[in-house]
Amino acid sequence: MTERSRDLQFRLGTGAFALALVLIVCGILFILIDQSMASIQKFGLDFWRTSIWDPVAGQFGALPFIWGTLYSSILALAIATPIAIGIAVFISELCPGRLRQPLVFMTELLAAIPSIVYGLWGIFVMVPWVRFLETSLPDAIRRLPLFSGPPLGLGMLAAALILAIMVIPFTSSVSREVLKSVPVAQREAAYALGATRYEAIRAALYYARTGIVGAVMLGFGRALGETMAVTMVIGNNPKVALSLFAPQYTMAAVIANEFTEAANRLYVAALIEIGLVLFIITLIVNSLSRLLIWSMAGRMMVVEEPATPPPLESAA
Amino acid sequence: MTSTRWRKLESSLFVAFCGFAVIMALMPLAFILFFVVSKGILALNLAFFTHMPTPVGEPGGGMANAIVGTLIVSGLAALMAVPIGVMSGVYMAEYAGSRFASTVRFAADTLNGVPSIVIGVFAYGVVVVPLGQFSALAGGFALGVMMIPIIARTTEELLLLVPGSMREGALALGATRARAVFTVVIPAALPGIITGVVLALARIAGETAPLLFTAFNNRYFTTSLRQPISTLTVQVFTYATGPYEDWHRQAWAGALVLVSIVFLCSVAARLATRRIERMHVQG
Repeated sequence: MTERSRDLQFRLGTGAFALALVLIVCGILFILIDQSMASIQKFGLDFWRTSIWDPVAGQFGALPFIWGTLYSSILALAIATPIAIGIAVFISELCPGRLRQPLVFMTELLAAIPSIVYGLWGIFVMVPWVRFLETSLPDAIRRLPLFSGPPLGLGMLAAALILAIMVIPFTSSVSREVLKSVPVAQREAAYALGATRYEAIRAALYYARTGIVGAVMLGFGRALGETMAVTMVIGNNPKVALSLFAPQYTMAAVIANEFTEAANRLYVAALIEIGLVLFIITLIVNSLSRLLIWSMAGRMMVVEEPATPPPLESAA
Repeated sequence: MTSTRWRKLESSLFVAFCGFAVIMALMPLAFILFFVVSKGILALNLAFFTHMPTPVGEPGGGMANAIVGTLIVSGLAALMAVPIGVMSGVYMAEYAGSRFASTVRFAADTLNGVPSIVIGVFAYGVVVVPLGQFSALAGGFALGVMMIPIIARTTEELLLLVPGSMREGALALGATRARAVFTVVIPAALPGIITGVVLALARIAGETAPLLFTAFNNRYFTTSLRQPISTLTVQVFTYATGPYEDWHRQAWAGALVLVSIVFLCSVAARLATRRIERMHVQG
């Protein structure tokens, strides 16, 4: 056997495993479409426009779930983004070198804690705190639509808070990487012009803005798909509501709660259709986020020393 | 023009905000660890590891079946994900410039971002529907799918860190590409790859959502791969959302076990990474 054909064998052999990886991703899309066909054909676009979810009567309107998913994720981002960027700036620009490693480790630990543990802590510790917060709000504020309804503790506010905690490590670690890739000369130039610390960092943040938006989007993708912790604290009530106190529902949570109870084919297909849309939304958000982070990294490569490994000669 | 005094104040306020942000993130971490440890320790005893769950409403018992179930399901996942992940990583690193390698990289990153609950639905369609029942196999498949992209990307990154001169040395001595990769490049990157696999295992062992309707749950002890099987995470979920005080106690104990696994793996990985970095500096 010639050496060349052995190299080809190697390429085909490892390539087959790589192909399996690609096929799995295509398979997810195919299976989700195939298994939700019954629901797609029966309800069409009404599935996403109506908000009555009554499996017993055979009525499936998924609007409350899409609302709950988007609302909780956007609220979580609103809370998490400033904090995450603050942490990234603190770790990469401000903190003494000795503190850096422990802080990075602790934020990584926050990302590593299983979702179910967040949920457990959420139900038994955080929800009572949220309920206390809700009951102690003055009546004048409680009359606003944003804070109306009984203070149950379980609900949108609890879900947004726990999502924010879970998203912070992702957004902050990517922001940190992005900030690290801003050329030092850029900051030195700002200081040389007499900038204060804030002004220099603001300039660095502005320089890194594309990557930071990417980091925030990455957090958004995580929040959209988060299941267990949200399921346990959001109250699981399929109603579109503006109130932060109202129990609501998300796409991931309804699949987790009702999938094993779904008694007929149409019900299962409806739940899988929700999964399909969740898949497509997260796919778009994640791809966009990667594109932004990459375009940022690409720009950096030009400015800094390129860190690419030596090029490999091609097999052919 | 803004006065110098205001600019200095603004700067200090900003620094204070960043410090405040760190505290805001570390506070929940401290609270979670505090509650998990303090509540978990009270419920954790030998029986938790060696006994089966008691009938509903009866106190005592443990999660022996769930612990074994988690080991089985995670083991199945690793069996599926390590070959596919490592080999895909090898392909991406060796043929880094090719168009197919970019496709694989894109697929891996996409798979990594797919919500875990959607992976569960996929595994339901691929394994549960054809077999006609929930099973450990289906759970292992779901977790394996989640593990593949993590292992593939780690392997790729680590292989690219191996100095090009080592690979070129092997090729110059007349080795085929396969031989150069398997006897020189992979061994050099092996400690890192193993660390990556351990971290991926720790992550999937804590997953709940993909198991709800694949591995499902089982009140009894089983090692059969074709039967529904109990896992630590699903058991914690069942107990946490159930009405009994004793169940809640056990849920905290389960959470403590899960967090300990994650913590130990993270620390071990950190130590290993540091050693590997030192090796690279010396080498």
